[in-house]
Amino acid sequence: MYTQSFNVPDQAGQKTVAVTPSTEDAELMARFDARIDADGRIEPQDWMPEAYRKTLVRQISQHAHSEIVGMLPEGNWISRAPSLKRKAILIAKVQDEGGHGLYLYSAAETLGTSRDQLLEGLHSGKAKYSSIFNYPTLNWADVGAIGWLVDGAAIMNQIPLCRCSYGPYSRAMVRVCKEESFHQRQGYEALLVMMKGTQAQREMVQDAVNRLWWKCLAMFGPPDADSPNSAQGMRWGIKRISNDDLRQKFVDATVPQAKVLGITLPDPDLKWNEERQHYDYGQIDWQEFWDTVEGNGPCNKERLATRVKAHNDGQWVRDAAQAYARKQQERAMKEAA
Amino acid sequence: MSATIDYLLHLADNAVVLGQRDAEWCGHGPILEEDLALANVSLDLIGQARLLYQRAAELKGDGTTEDKLAYFRDSQEFRNYTLLELPHHGALVGYAVADRDYATTIVRNFLYSALMVHVWDALQTSADSTLAGIAAKSLKEATYHLHHSRDWLVRMGDGTDESHTRAQAAVNHLLPYTEEFWTVSPAETAAVEAGVGVDVRTLRAAWDALVNDALAEATLTRPQVRGYVPQGKVGLHSEHLGFLLAEMQSLARAHPDGCW
Ligand SMILES: [Fe+2]
Ligand SMILES: [Fe+2]
Ligand SMILES: [Fe+2]
Repeated sequence: MYTQSFNVPDQAGQKTVAVTPSTEDAELMARFDARIDADGRIEPQDWMPEAYRKTLVRQISQHAHSEIVGMLPEGNWISRAPSLKRKAILIAKVQDEGGHGLYLYSAAETLGTSRDQLLEGLHSGKAKYSSIFNYPTLNWADVGAIGWLVDGAAIMNQIPLCRCSYGPYSRAMVRVCKEESFHQRQGYEALLVMMKGTQAQREMVQDAVNRLWWKCLAMFGPPDADSPNSAQGMRWGIKRISNDDLRQKFVDATVPQAKVLGITLPDPDLKWNEERQHYDYGQIDWQEFWDTVEGNGPCNKERLATRVKAHNDGQWVRDAAQAYARKQQERAMKEAA
Repeated sequence: MSATIDYLLHLADNAVVLGQRDAEWCGHGPILEEDLALANVSLDLIGQARLLYQRAAELKGDGTTEDKLAYFRDSQEFRNYTLLELPHHGALVGYAVADRDYATTIVRNFLYSALMVHVWDALQTSADSTLAGIAAKSLKEATYHLHHSRDWLVRMGDGTDESHTRAQAAVNHLLPYTEEFWTVSPAETAAVEAGVGVDVRTLRAAWDALVNDALAEATLTRPQVRGYVPQGKVGLHSEHLGFLLAEMQSLARAHPDGCW
């Protein structure tokens, strides 16, 4: 799953590197611009401006980190899944998210940054990931609600990226989006079943939605007026639709689904606006969003420390695999000699 | 009939308990590829458990379901090998806390899948045709689990000093638990007599060959085993199963009328 706006700087205060065409070969730059303007694809072997490369590495790695960190909140319920069928569905879903992380790290690697370097960015706290994963999953319905709302929001964000200008990223997104849509339907179906169950189950669903709804709206990133990086992203075909437009699309799509489900979305200002032909919605708490992005949400420290611990604890396993591969190579060379 | 049901529960409990354990790595693996691989193993095992419980429920014919069998039986009713309920670390009491050790996970998966490739192979001709069908599907899965765990066992044994030490410690810790494979439970005897089950003792030489060959390639030694033989398959478990089931069954039991 993923994502929040891709234009959150990795380090607070750090602005996107500005394009400096003076230092780049003008002819290459003109060819690159022409390809972008013609809605063509940039491939790994193609020349690209350094700022484009950097922005993509940051965006793709934030996305990959989000997939990996996103395994934790739902993984929290694997051991306690209330039926074997739901346990299997959840394991498969969390596994898919890990798979998305893998394709995305591979896509980022085509830009010349290794997985180790990307992980170092995550583990040191320099690289960001979607802040939605810094909230706890407190009851089983969170699993269904994450599928419905978080994967749902991710799809809104990611469908436009299937047409993103960088070839490997756009191709990864096509595959990822198919699986995210499946997760979204599966999550919604799990909630429908719970709503037909006991009163306690219905309360679990409402509680999960109450806690997740506003965080999902924030996933689309700051309002357009406060998104300085968006214009450049649009120009490069890395971002296709603005944060506010995506957020509106998500709200409009979700309200009718909530009605069918029989739950209330926790926003007294949520109502249909006949004039705009869209739903109006209330104020998002951006202070809370930025606090969480900057590392001070309810679970940031746990999430990151858990990733770091898994990586450090696994060092001896990776070392063993490397040492064994080296020995095998030496043995093969000796045999050949 | 009840011989078949008891035997199916033994096979199903094995699968669900190890499936539950292996899923504990999800999000915590030593490398992303292994998170995915262990999730695959776990999914296969839970899939096997579901089919086996479904068949047992069908034969019981009293309205029970796969989930009633998995979630509403207590630890003394579970018929899994003790080996499969152990946490992913060395010998410690049930309420001790320790880090997960990937060598323990790999060695356990290896020792178990080296048995199950033979068990499922034999059960393809079970007199219970549903079980025979499950066996054919499970054989393919166990073959993959065996390859995966054997490859890692060799890498660890013949990798670094640390990985060798960890792999040897895991072998020393877990091998004694495999003695339970070769004892006979009343459920197994009855199932063998009914033509439904396999006499696991007849598979011992084949299992030994797989284990000895892999340990040799991994430059590990096979310890002498003596003393207590675990009895999980007759319901006499270690301290660890109670905790595993308390966690696994908690939500289902808190909402016995829930539908999921
Ligand atoms: Fe994903
Ligand atoms: Fe997803
Ligand atoms: Fe995603």
